Amino acid sequence: MAEALLALRDIRVQYGATTALEVSSFDVHAGEVVAVIGPNGAGKSTLLRVMGLLQQPGSGSVYFRGEQATPKNSLEMRRCMASVFQEPLLLNGPVYSNAALGLKLRGLPGDQIQKKLRPWLERLGIAHLISRQVRTLSGGEAQRTSLARGLVLDPDLLLLDEPFSALDAPTREALLLDLQEILTETGITTVMVTHDLQEAAALGKRIGVLSQGKLLQLGSQREILTRPLNETVAAIVGMETKIPGVVEQAAHGIITVRFNGGTARAMGDFSPGAKVILCIRPEDIDVNHYRGERQCPNEKNFIRGNVLRISPLIAHYRIAIRTEFGCVAALASKSSFTELSLHEGDDVSASFSLAAVHVI
Amino acid sequence: MELIWQGIVKAVELVFGGDSEVWAITWLSLKISGSATLISLLLGIPLGILLALSRFPGRAIAVALVNTGMGLPPVVVGLFISILLWRSGPLGFLELIYTPSAMIIAQVVIAFPIVAGLTMASFQSLDPNLALQLLGIGASKLQALWLLCKEARLPLLAAVMAGFGGVISEVGASMMVGGNIRAQTRVLTTATVLETSKGNFDIAIALGLILLTLCFALNFLLTHIQQRGQMKWPRLS
Amino acid sequence: MRRLNTVVLCLAAAFSSFSGLKLAPGAEPKDRNVILSTTTSTQDSGLLDVLVPLFEKQTGYTVKTISVGTGQALALAAKGDADVALVHAPSLEKQYVADGKLLNRRLVMYNDFVIIGPRSDPAKIKSAKTASAALRLIEQSKARFVSRGDNSGTHNLEKTLWKEAGIEPKGDWYIEAGQGMGATLGIANERNAYTITDRGTYLALGSRISLPILGEGDKALLNIYSVMEVNPANGPRINTAGGKAFADFMVAPQTQSVIKNFGVEKFSQPLFVPVAGKREDELGV
Repeated sequence: MAEALLALRDIRVQYGATTALEVSSFDVHAGEVVAVIGPNGAGKSTLLRVMGLLQQPGSGSVYFRGEQATPKNSLEMRRCMASVFQEPLLLNGPVYSNAALGLKLRGLPGDQIQKKLRPWLERLGIAHLISRQVRTLSGGEAQRTSLARGLVLDPDLLLLDEPFSALDAPTREALLLDLQEILTETGITTVMVTHDLQEAAALGKRIGVLSQGKLLQLGSQREILTRPLNETVAAIVGMETKIPGVVEQAAHGIITVRFNGGTARAMGDFSPGAKVILCIRPEDIDVNHYRGERQCPNEKNFIRGNVLRISPLIAHYRIAIRTEFGCVAALASKSSFTELSLHEGDDVSASFSLAAVHVI
Repeated sequence: MELIWQGIVKAVELVFGGDSEVWAITWLSLKISGSATLISLLLGIPLGILLALSRFPGRAIAVALVNTGMGLPPVVVGLFISILLWRSGPLGFLELIYTPSAMIIAQVVIAFPIVAGLTMASFQSLDPNLALQLLGIGASKLQALWLLCKEARLPLLAAVMAGFGGVISEVGASMMVGGNIRAQTRVLTTATVLETSKGNFDIAIALGLILLTLCFALNFLLTHIQQRGQMKWPRLS
Repeated sequence: MRRLNTVVLCLAAAFSSFSGLKLAPGAEPKDRNVILSTTTSTQDSGLLDVLVPLFEKQTGYTVKTISVGTGQALALAAKGDADVALVHAPSLEKQYVADGKLLNRRLVMYNDFVIIGPRSDPAKIKSAKTASAALRLIEQSKARFVSRGDNSGTHNLEKTLWKEAGIEPKGDWYIEAGQGMGATLGIANERNAYTITDRGTYLALGSRISLPILGEGDKALLNIYSVMEVNPANGPRINTAGGKAFADFMVAPQTQSVIKNFGVEKFSQPLFVPVAGKREDELGV
């Protein structure tokens, strides 16, 4: 197991009586991109500041390249990292001097700065703006400048704090794509925190889930999205439909769970009588008009309900269905929705496969 | 109006006729208020930055004191410092009363809270994450502080001008601790009071005009530095 | 970068010139400094601008002349914050001497006060035989009168005259300026009012004041200046030798003759009459 580039051990950050962050262990390996998601107030920014040695935790240690960070060596270590925040946070002046700032702080002479900076400015599409005053830039252009400022430093660790949150959707998309490419090309170790699941999924090979200061789960993208460890994580990763029930039968890794309004089969290792929660992602649920009770094929589960609300999104329709046990959230593509011609109040059946159910 | 015209004529006479006493008084005013402003900057700017950027127990009281200090009546400052510096006072052994040094001390007490308070406000107007961002691209604490000062240049220079303006123009404290002694502690403001009380209004006006011109010239220079490269507000229709 | 250099250069230049300010305390040996507390009108007359340099040249002392109101001048001396006092408020002075705060009171000179007023003299004070009689006439006709109102020597003299006339001045006609002699004269001039002023300031202001002298010569209008030394017990660091030197200087014959001639060139009459060595009851017109 390769030694972690950055390791957090027993970190605890307290503001008065509130624990803002409590992480016993977090390793970032060289070359990987880790995304940390969580709702607002989860402690994401605090986590990033502790990682970037910008904030000293009340207790615990940060290790960079195996060496513990202390006030003496923190400047040296910080100079191997680069942080980009939600706001561009540029200084008064032209784009060029802002992007060159990190290099200037390290004492690089002007011609070397030019050589290093030019390709990055072009890569990020802001080369034509070098003499523009930053106050005249658009949000996207300013954030690109901030990114250039960080990337040109060729950091061992890149720390991004919700870098796209302040941008409008098209700018965000464009920049996300660009960053994806850059990170793949350069292989810079990156930690990005965000509250947006899409961004996390787009960039992060590994995803960490933070809630109320605690790291609830850390694993591969696949793991996090389909196998959340508990309800909180499930909610954060978008497994909106949660069905509480009791295990009736269990055999060969397949369990039958009884809940208010029916039964469903799923994969899992639980004993009969165990209380479980079935979690299903909205895109894994198909909606059809209800056509009476029918025999369930082995792979599919059916739940009967009533259309509560239809919300049109850009590429999908979100259908909220009221059932005996609660709410089911489903996502239907535009084409299938038009075919079905659903209306609020319709009697429908929501179906989902065995494999789509995650049991906790 | 004729009085003012007389004053202007007298001012030109005194300045260009080479009246050495007026030149000496002017130069002393500049030296005393300049030194006091400089010392106030050296003490006030770091304090202002400290109050703006850090949190420590008792900070609220310190901020309140600084803000109160901004409005100290100069003559009260003069009275208290006199009481300290008089021979009969606790610091009488320093023999500073009726010397330019005493005037500098009094003017520092007047100007330093102004500088500290305005510096604090200027730093508080910066984005709190800006300091973090600068550290996050590898700035040392000192480098970050310098960059923040440059970024807050507009209100910082206002602090300098306010501090200097407050002391070059004050008369109460200077009179009390300096004594308005000819060739020793007589400055433009105290000389103006003297000439007025003597009824020499033309000389008084002349001295006043010299003082105003001095202030204007210095502030013009500082304003030029301050406003360089500043955003022009769009015309509101 | 160039801008930074300019700024640093300016600061360096400033610093080097400021260094000439002797910021170190006690840079001058204390014995060379003599603190003289006196009144604003004494200072305003310009006499000290002649006498002090003379004294400094003769003796090598450096005089710090603090000109404030009479009350403050005496209070400073009583606290030991001055070495010698030169004031003109005989009744107050005698009190301080009786209390032992001030020593060796010696007469130096006198000038006199005059009553000036509107050319038309509505209160007809020209006919009055004494100063207090003139004031009584002014009060009776409620003619406008400007008072110093600042507890100075001049004001105290005015108050004594009112007391003699048995009047407590009150009303719209009685204007209390609360300022120095020059400013008070300015107010009287503007308001075309009566006022009491010392002859020296009146002459110094010359054509600026258009009110003529309507009353003069009464013995009660004499303004007697005395010099007193400060009791060394009043406080620490009193320069007894320096104070005595200045007091001696003021009554020395040479100085007295300078006083006699002061003002003759400018106003064709002397402003002060030197009286060192005489007693108060000897003085008369």
